[in-house]
Amino acid sequence: MSQTATAAFNEMHGADGVRAPYADIACWLRATPREQLDRKRREAELLFRRIGITFAVYGEGGDPERLIPFDLIPRIIARSEWERLAAGLRQRVRALNAFLADIYGAREILRAGRVPESLVVGNEGFRAEMMHFVPPGGIYTHVCGIDLVRTAADQFYVLEDNCRTPSGVSYMLENRGAMLRLFPRLCARHKLAPVSRYPEELLATLKAVAPPACKGEPTVVLLTPGPYNSAYYEHCFLADEMGVEVVEGADLLVQDKVVFMRTTAGPKRVDVIYRRIDDDFLDPECFRPDSLLGVPGLMAAYRAGNVALANAPGCGIADDKAIYPYVPEMVRFYLGEEPLIANVPTWLCERDEDRKYVLSNLDKLVLKLTRGSGGYGMLVGPHATAAQREAFRARILARPADYIAQPTLALSTCPTVVEQGIAPRHVDLRPFILSGKEIRIIPGGLTRVALREGSLVVNSSQGGGTKDTWVLEDEGPAEPPGGFAQRQDQAC
Amino acid sequence: MLSRTADSLFWLGRYTERAGNVARGLAVASHMAALSARLGSEGEEWRSLLDASGGEAGFYRKYPAPTQDAVVHWLVYDPGNPSGIIPCIEAARRNARTVRTALTVDMWEALNDTWNRLRDLAPEATEGGNLPEFLGWVRERVTLFNGAAHDTMLRDEAWRFVQLGTMLERADNTARLLDVKHHLLAPAADGTVDYMQWQAILRSVSALRSYQWIYRDRLEPRRIAELMILRPELPRSLMACHAQVAETLDAIATGQGGRRGECHRMAGELQARLRFGRIDAILAAGLHAFLTDMIIRAADLGTEIERFYIQAAG
Repeated sequence: MSQTATAAFNEMHGADGVRAPYADIACWLRATPREQLDRKRREAELLFRRIGITFAVYGEGGDPERLIPFDLIPRIIARSEWERLAAGLRQRVRALNAFLADIYGAREILRAGRVPESLVVGNEGFRAEMMHFVPPGGIYTHVCGIDLVRTAADQFYVLEDNCRTPSGVSYMLENRGAMLRLFPRLCARHKLAPVSRYPEELLATLKAVAPPACKGEPTVVLLTPGPYNSAYYEHCFLADEMGVEVVEGADLLVQDKVVFMRTTAGPKRVDVIYRRIDDDFLDPECFRPDSLLGVPGLMAAYRAGNVALANAPGCGIADDKAIYPYVPEMVRFYLGEEPLIANVPTWLCERDEDRKYVLSNLDKLVLKLTRGSGGYGMLVGPHATAAQREAFRARILARPADYIAQPTLALSTCPTVVEQGIAPRHVDLRPFILSGKEIRIIPGGLTRVALREGSLVVNSSQGGGTKDTWVLEDEGPAEPPGGFAQRQDQAC
Repeated sequence: MLSRTADSLFWLGRYTERAGNVARGLAVASHMAALSARLGSEGEEWRSLLDASGGEAGFYRKYPAPTQDAVVHWLVYDPGNPSGIIPCIEAARRNARTVRTALTVDMWEALNDTWNRLRDLAPEATEGGNLPEFLGWVRERVTLFNGAAHDTMLRDEAWRFVQLGTMLERADNTARLLDVKHHLLAPAADGTVDYMQWQAILRSVSALRSYQWIYRDRLEPRRIAELMILRPELPRSLMACHAQVAETLDAIATGQGGRRGECHRMAGELQARLRFGRIDAILAAGLHAFLTDMIIRAADLGTEIERFYIQAAG
């Protein structure tokens, strides 16, 4: 076992035995023979294949329609733990939305010198087109995914914010569906907070930000880049669950600054677009002129107040890796509060003293591209070869502003089914926060697990898997008469 | 419904139907070729099948002559042939994948499993004696897909656009099959070879038994033409297909509060010609001319449906 895994906080086995939320799971794992787990695992895979929950990876060879590995053992969070997290997430999203409104408006935080102006204006995530425009409801990041990691019983960190078009929520829903089907009794012995309301809450959030021009029931659509996008399954799934159309750019047209979709019954007006395509591709008249995915004239319709876009263009300025270190400042500046969930300490390579520290500690740090995502283009110092570290040194020196560094955190582990049996593997958590008239958080999120021993990279594009995330409505399952160990019904 | 969704569903219906029709046509042609080998005219069968499939020009650009191997390759595998079985199934699946939420699981699985199997089809599967089994399998798969659609789809616009595609394609296929053999149905025709040909024509629309049930008499060209053009009981007759097209277009219009266009008028006119037509008059005026006219009118109707429902928006 690697050093990081030894030192890591084990979410099931605490210092004084099995932690309360996992009491029943620990007993269940002891009682369940390996063959049964393997059988359930095959059942789960069949289930996912049939439903067609695939993650499309094009351009890498192999099967383009892949399955993300699903681990049978749930990751469990007690009610009190979740309540603390939820309060922190709520606070953070309020601050991020306030920051976006400020950046595209009065820019008080820049004038106060709390965030360097140079980081904002030259940033690729910044959209000048959004200046002095207030989106419906004043909300920018309607659907926000905040990645959390844990290092101790009481220590959670925000690893990164995803304010643009975060994906993965379909796994939160489908994983729960699979668990309820595979292990109904195990589920029933826990007080699980349900997640299935997510699509309904999402729809309510989207309707709540309908533009002023919309009278009556708003027409909502989901805008997808199409079947070749890695998250296409999720787009169809969410639209289907919400009962709205999945549209591609070519299905929409703009006339006199009003957006319509082309239907068999003629053009139909669209009020709210839950867009899952990047800013760059939204509108060739405004952003990338070569975009075939977008809708010419969409931004003009948006600015005229005839349509709402969720999330708003320009949210990338809030989740940029170079801006990330300043989020705690935003919480203090806009809300006058202390951050409830801390940031991971971060060094910005463009700062002279930070860079000096980073370059002399490459073997201890994780290096990230400020504009990277999906685990591409990162260096995990302790696991890298000397040659890889030297290559990064050269890249940092050439373009220091492109890199940030963080300590190698001992990410918490959860028991996971692996070839040799059941072993701890590192996990993270992405809850989804909805902001409309109010902030709504479905208790749970997407738990990603690094399946390779010692690996800290949980991204699905890098061989990570997922687990169902159980938020309990209490502190843990009640002990049955005679104690967990005595229970004879070992089935689940 | 989104126009793009309707378009995909329409072509999903067309392509699956076409794959089944091509398999049917190939099966009959190979049967006939085996019989006419004695007469030294087997090349004729492959040539007329090629004509009926409507892609002769593309074929002759690639292959020197319509031999069995060449025609089978062209009609099963050739990626350059939009009427080939494999390209049709691929196109159908491509259309289905973009409208997954409009399909039922049964439809998707019927099509997806077919596609998966065709993806790693061994070349021997269509060689010589294996060909009939392969063609039978393709027909089964298309029947399964149609059955899944029929049994599981909600009767809404999605179902209706699949139906439109299926029925227009089916009518086109029947008209072309008849047209290629129209000289055999001329009043003067007779003889042993013709008799086998007549059987073959009926077999290619699965109607040999139906003929016996309806007429209870020996095969006669006039009746064959009547059955395949005018009889509403035969599900592959022009009459049956166009009645369904008109009815389906009507149902779409009703669902949209009565919104109608040129395509509704054209479908009604086509249906009326068939409903009130008489086979003697059609034969007297010339079967070939009649069928050519039918094929053109059906194509125009397809274009008009597309114009009204798919492109009109914007």
